[in-house]
Amino acid sequence: MGELMVSKKTTEPEHRGEEAGQYLTFSVAEERLAMSIDAVKEIIETPVVTRVPMTPDYIRGVINLRGSVVPVIDLGARLGRGSLTLTKRSCIVLVEVRVGEDAHVLGMLVDEVKNILEIPREDIKPPPEFGSEIRTDFIAAMGRVDDVFVIILSVDHVLSIQELAALRKLSEEAAASGSDAQF
Amino acid sequence: MNLDSARQAFIGEVAELLQSMEDALLTLEDNPGDPESLNEVFRAMHTIKGTGGVFGYDPVVDFTHAVETLMDDVRSGHTPLTKPLITTLFECRDHTARLVDAIAAAAEDELVLDDALTRAGAELLARLGQSEPPAGEAAATAREPPKYLPVSTDLWTLSLQFHPDAFRNGIDPLSFLRYLGSLGDLVHVETFFNAGADEKAPFDPESCHLYFGIAFQSDADKRTIAGVFEFADQDCDIRILEPDSAHAKYLELFESMPDDQVGCIGELLMYVGALTQQELERALQRQGCEHEQTQTVTDTLQPKRRLGEILVEQGSIKPGVVEQAAKTQEAARVRRQEETRFIRVDAQRLGHLIDLVGELVTSSAAIRVMANRSGMEDMAEVVDGVDYLVSEIRDNALQLRMVPIGDSLSRFRRVVRDASEALGKDIDLVITGGETELDKTVVEKMTDPLTHLIRNAIDHGIETPEVRLDAGKSPNGTVHINAYHDSGHIVIEIADDGAGLDAARIRAKAEERGLVSPDDSLSHEETLRLIFAPGLSTKAEATNLSGRGVGMDVVKRNIESLRGSVELESALGTGTKVTIVLPLTLAIIDGFLVGAGTDQFVIPLSQVVECVEIDAGQTTQQHDQHYVNLRGEVLPFIRLTELFESQAGGAARTKRESLVVVRFGHHTMGLVVDTLLGELQTVIKPLGKVFERLRGVAGATILGTGDIALILDVSELAAIANTAGAHARKRQAKV
Repeated sequence: MGELMVSKKTTEPEHRGEEAGQYLTFSVAEERLAMSIDAVKEIIETPVVTRVPMTPDYIRGVINLRGSVVPVIDLGARLGRGSLTLTKRSCIVLVEVRVGEDAHVLGMLVDEVKNILEIPREDIKPPPEFGSEIRTDFIAAMGRVDDVFVIILSVDHVLSIQELAALRKLSEEAAASGSDAQF
Repeated sequence: MNLDSARQAFIGEVAELLQSMEDALLTLEDNPGDPESLNEVFRAMHTIKGTGGVFGYDPVVDFTHAVETLMDDVRSGHTPLTKPLITTLFECRDHTARLVDAIAAAAEDELVLDDALTRAGAELLARLGQSEPPAGEAAATAREPPKYLPVSTDLWTLSLQFHPDAFRNGIDPLSFLRYLGSLGDLVHVETFFNAGADEKAPFDPESCHLYFGIAFQSDADKRTIAGVFEFADQDCDIRILEPDSAHAKYLELFESMPDDQVGCIGELLMYVGALTQQELERALQRQGCEHEQTQTVTDTLQPKRRLGEILVEQGSIKPGVVEQAAKTQEAARVRRQEETRFIRVDAQRLGHLIDLVGELVTSSAAIRVMANRSGMEDMAEVVDGVDYLVSEIRDNALQLRMVPIGDSLSRFRRVVRDASEALGKDIDLVITGGETELDKTVVEKMTDPLTHLIRNAIDHGIETPEVRLDAGKSPNGTVHINAYHDSGHIVIEIADDGAGLDAARIRAKAEERGLVSPDDSLSHEETLRLIFAPGLSTKAEATNLSGRGVGMDVVKRNIESLRGSVELESALGTGTKVTIVLPLTLAIIDGFLVGAGTDQFVIPLSQVVECVEIDAGQTTQQHDQHYVNLRGEVLPFIRLTELFESQAGGAARTKRESLVVVRFGHHTMGLVVDTLLGELQTVIKPLGKVFERLRGVAGATILGTGDIALILDVSELAAIANTAGAHARKRQAKV
């Protein structure tokens, strides 16, 4: 908490481009997180997720969303907290990510969706420079809710298509090491 | 129709005309006297000039006019068709294409040509002038009997009746007569004085009161003669009657006309040159007026005065010619009814239809699941019927997008021609299997890779004639493109009988680039495949055509993006063969559903050879060997649960397993799965950008239950298993 206080004094709130507005809060691996509601298209109960082989564990698989195939990212694994276990409360947050001209719909598996909050501008603080377990570029800002700081995720970074699509190398390694074990 | 779509139509039409012109030029190259091809070239230029004129694209009109004039000379035998002239004509064709590109790129009707284009045009026109033979030679050819209209003692009869306002409009009758004289001999000119309708009116010296009857001897055709009076058209009634000897020629042309060119009688007469555009328009106008119909209907079957009658009355044509034209027209109409008719359809509409059919397939699969669940027997019968219909609709819808590959392959004749000329090599292109059909979207995406491969064959593969002779081969090399269907795929082979790939040099180059290390042991085939690595070129110098080392990797990527594969065979000194295997369509396939662990996968049915039930023990007894004995043959296999690390993999091993034997290219391999779930129509859904680089999975499909099954890419799976095996071997070697 000490670091948080320090950084609070030094930088402007809009530093990361995160404005006051509505935020969706949810929990992943018992941590409360938030993201801007603008990118959220829809929240659905977890349907059957089809596993895609030879992909890193942050790719949970694909789901059938009204006839189109949508990839689902395991937010727990993506944030380095390990793959999530499905419960009754597990949800998939569908997010639209833009790459150039094209819009891509991605699903984000979370443990539980909490609520939608309005966080006033003065309660949005820049992220700490260190001290968080989550990769710093994944954090857009910190939001103070009821005197507790909630991490506001930067969706563009967490769900960067470019980074997610780099699975090739990982999958090859996985395939290679997997077969090494077999042979 | 708005102007923009008209412009699109113009651009499309020109592209087609230029294509047929190119084909004709290629034919002419082998057979310079072919009259049909000469006509084709002429017609292409003429039609482009005509339509270009309608839109007011003057640069196009001016340029094509010059080429048309030249072609006319060639056709009439005044100018010999030499090899350099054909080359120039090729360039003229390309220049026209560039002009039209400029039109396509320009906003609305603003056609601004950049200087380079204008200069190129002017240069070509200058060369067209030069390519005419020297005077002596011209005289020699002129003495030969011209092909178009025979010289005869018969005379053309021209009647020119100038309107009273002709002078006031700046028309000088004498200048027309002089110009006419340049086309032939004015044997006799009779001048009539016409005081005008109102004889009592005072003589107006500013009005034209003259008309002329001319007996004219010339070899020119009617269109050319009428062209003399083009500017006077508004101010003069012109009648041109051809000499009798021309009739024989017209009749002959009627006979030889292809049926699809036989349209309205007016166009028919215009085509053979018996009628000019102006004459036809005038007659049509009259026909229209007489019947007070708003539209100018040219169909002579309408119960109104026949166009032919009007034309004869108008004095544009002689009755015998009209009669013959009518006969030709009738005969063609009868024949044409028996032929297939084509409809042009917007590709987007077709795409939408195919998407809808895909949804229909998925929905009908869902209905089947519901019907099975409900257990109603009557229902099952109905569902069977629907299923059958849906699969028929699917096949037919996909068939709509199938085009013969030959149409797109024939353009390579030009590529080969130009490239071999530039390199001083003598290369024949042989295309077989051009009638093989595949999806138009696939054809379009294959153009670039194929062009590249063919250029490679010409540039790197085939040697110069001297080198070939030294090597004991015939001086002219051959590039052979062959296409055929093979188990639900289309195979395109590009083979050359050139120098072949030098495995040692590829190896050296790859080591130099750090792609392989010197102590790696690679098979001959693996070494050859190195040329697909980015940045590898064995040619010492880059040429215009190829050799920059970018390309083969792009070729491979393009083909793989179409779920296809590419293989290489090459022997030093005897040639190279590239084999491309592509799926027939990118939309819907027949699939075979299998279960492995908790997952379900679809294998393209076209690749499945057979399914064999095997004991788990049979595949696991030797731990590090992944092959089985299938009726005495060694068959390598992949256990899907193993490769994909399925959760339930271990448990399944105690049960009986199934071996699905699949074939891809020349290879056969087995996929060990837990359950066989049967055939299904598979609508291929793309997996999206996130899985762009995922190998082994070609896409996904939605099952009747709403679940997703992944579609396996068999050849990539084999490649993955292969690298995995190589890793394992290396590890063992190190231990």
